[in-house]
Amino acid sequence: MQAQRLLMMTVAATLAAAAPAMAQTIYPINRAEILEGSRFDFKVEFPDAPASADVNVTINGKPAAEVFGKVTTFLQNEEGQKHSALWLRGASLPAGSYTVEASQGADRKATVKWEVFATAEPRRAKNVILFIGDGMSVANRTAARILSKGLVEGRYNGELAMDDMSNMALISTSGTDSVVTDSANAAHAYTTGHKSCVNALGVYCARNALTLDHPKVETIAELVKRRTGMAVGVVTNSEIEDATPASMVAHTRRRSDYNDIVKMFFEVKPDVIMGGGSPNFLAKTTPGSKRTDGEDFIAKFKEAGYTLATTKTEMNAALAGGSTKLLGLYNTGNIDGAFDLRLAKKGTIAKFPDQPDVVEQTKAAIDMLKGNPEGFLLMVESARIDKYSHSLDWERSVFDTIMLDNAVKAAKDFAGERNDTLIIVVADHAHPISIIGTYDDELPGQQLRDKLGVYQDSKVPNYGPVDAEGYPTKVDTSRRLAVVYGSYPDTCDTGRPYLEGERVPAVKGPDGKTNIANEKDCTGPLAARKPGNLPFDANNGVHAADDVVLTAMGPGAEKFRGHKPNTYVFRVMAESLALGGK
Amino acid sequence: MLRIPALPPLSRRDALLGLAAASLCGPARAAEETISFDGLYKSFGVLGFQFSDRVTALRGQSVRMLGYMAPPLKPESHFFVLTREPLAICPFCQSDADWPVDIVVVFMRNETAMVSAGRKVAVSGRLEIGSATDAETGFVSQIRIVDAGFTLA
Repeated sequence: MQAQRLLMMTVAATLAAAAPAMAQTIYPINRAEILEGSRFDFKVEFPDAPASADVNVTINGKPAAEVFGKVTTFLQNEEGQKHSALWLRGASLPAGSYTVEASQGADRKATVKWEVFATAEPRRAKNVILFIGDGMSVANRTAARILSKGLVEGRYNGELAMDDMSNMALISTSGTDSVVTDSANAAHAYTTGHKSCVNALGVYCARNALTLDHPKVETIAELVKRRTGMAVGVVTNSEIEDATPASMVAHTRRRSDYNDIVKMFFEVKPDVIMGGGSPNFLAKTTPGSKRTDGEDFIAKFKEAGYTLATTKTEMNAALAGGSTKLLGLYNTGNIDGAFDLRLAKKGTIAKFPDQPDVVEQTKAAIDMLKGNPEGFLLMVESARIDKYSHSLDWERSVFDTIMLDNAVKAAKDFAGERNDTLIIVVADHAHPISIIGTYDDELPGQQLRDKLGVYQDSKVPNYGPVDAEGYPTKVDTSRRLAVVYGSYPDTCDTGRPYLEGERVPAVKGPDGKTNIANEKDCTGPLAARKPGNLPFDANNGVHAADDVVLTAMGPGAEKFRGHKPNTYVFRVMAESLALGGK
Repeated sequence: MLRIPALPPLSRRDALLGLAAASLCGPARAAEETISFDGLYKSFGVLGFQFSDRVTALRGQSVRMLGYMAPPLKPESHFFVLTREPLAICPFCQSDADWPVDIVVVFMRNETAMVSAGRKVAVSGRLEIGSATDAETGFVSQIRIVDAGFTLA
């Protein structure tokens, strides 16, 4: 113990001493796990802009170009910056262990190790369905179980479909640059098997000035399209350009490059694409467009053989008509969540009265994809679990967790006894959300905290009866779950569901910078004002670094156990589909 | 979308200056027609929207419109974005934030100090519709009020 500590201190001291002379940076980074034959951009950045003659890059002791079998490019003062760069775009390697050394002058050297892994034949899974509950934390599952199944004398009256699976693992989600990650980088880990940084999709975060120039890594959708005859589906209730769905196709340092991401969807051409976010598909001459160019991606997708659906009715008609390629865009922004679709009827329900929910989308996607003899890869995201947790609106977040569970049930019904479909259900990151008891209006007192029943007073809530799809039909009742978030701006808690529309916890203050409590929520009889615990520029809750739970079933699921990094999810999918190969 | 670096948000002093400037922008002209966010479109769908007949007829005319000033790009500018609801976030400043679809872009007669974000303002100017790209910033808009002034509402 003592020796180990000393050793660690020595290492730390060495690192600290080396810090002033900046080291070379090698991409992919140290400890990268790379699928055999998958494409990646190899880049080495040399500080202080040395000339080509002053640098040397070897892989397992041989010149990099020789190992890759391709010529590398050297750029002194890349983009006019104070570094030089050695590049090889579109590299790939056979399975094995690799040590990459980059040296500069006599005394500056960096080393990284890569593991390039093969995948065993024969392929074990025909289909893979990856469900992502964006921001879905343990309390989301617990609350969904309480609301949907009911709790009597400490036992549930049923199991969630996502809980009733053969395998489980804890997944950690941190990125290369930070403890707490975002949905771009987190989804990128699932779809590429590489760790990257906040806001990045399908790239490592290098020193390039332009967001699309960073070193790329291949996504699983690209791999599947390039190496197999499988069909691909991407389904979400967020804007289709949002981080999680975009991670199937995108390569950008900045997740908000929506117009570029639409182009990337078109390049990869997943067979089924469904979500919101239509304005970035419209040419800028069309009122309502958010594009900055004249490209009309609605027309382009149609020319490429896609059926367009803008409503649930059109989606079902496309399915009935035998479409196997569908572009479904059901909202200009995010598709409304289950709470608004079913109960509150707020959000954009009035504008878009015929939107499918995630369950209906999932069923349609599976029906369209399942005819492919080579199988399919489908990503389904319940996106607003996260978005509603950002706005501290837990009822909406939990309704969308129930919706995800219903979608998982539809996938399990499809998988049935086939034993050829790997189903994975996982969050991309957590939120600091917990259930601490119940608010009971019958308890004495005038303040919200007087109404909070903890321990023996945390009686089971009295929500209205559950409908056929497992949603409570009434939530504004006298005894409600007390769900709290660990991160918040200045805000007012009401202890009640927000029936008049999604909660807005904070608004911009008079200085235009600091966020202050939304006074709309501060006037009710029990409203509890609380000073924020987040930096002053935060206007909603933030993600947590807590591990997330993964459950899985089907061929390959047995690999999920214990604790794994998020990149491992890619590895299991790639192995189950035998995507490796020189 | 816009591709320009984010600028620091308004300081309190800038906001106060903005208030002073706003009150100098003068009263509304008499002949102008008042339009509202609710009356802008006759259809609003996934594949775009159509402006209402009234808005189409008012093209090139003087109009007055109430809305909220979105967090401005810089303390003094020749344009700002008018939104239906106050924006809690600044799409200019935040990489993953996006503008609502139904914005109106206001181009001022003169470069003007902005008021603090989220303030309700009354804008008067000439109505323009149709896709246009601002030469300086690349900002694309479909409906604009130009040669405009504003007062606090």
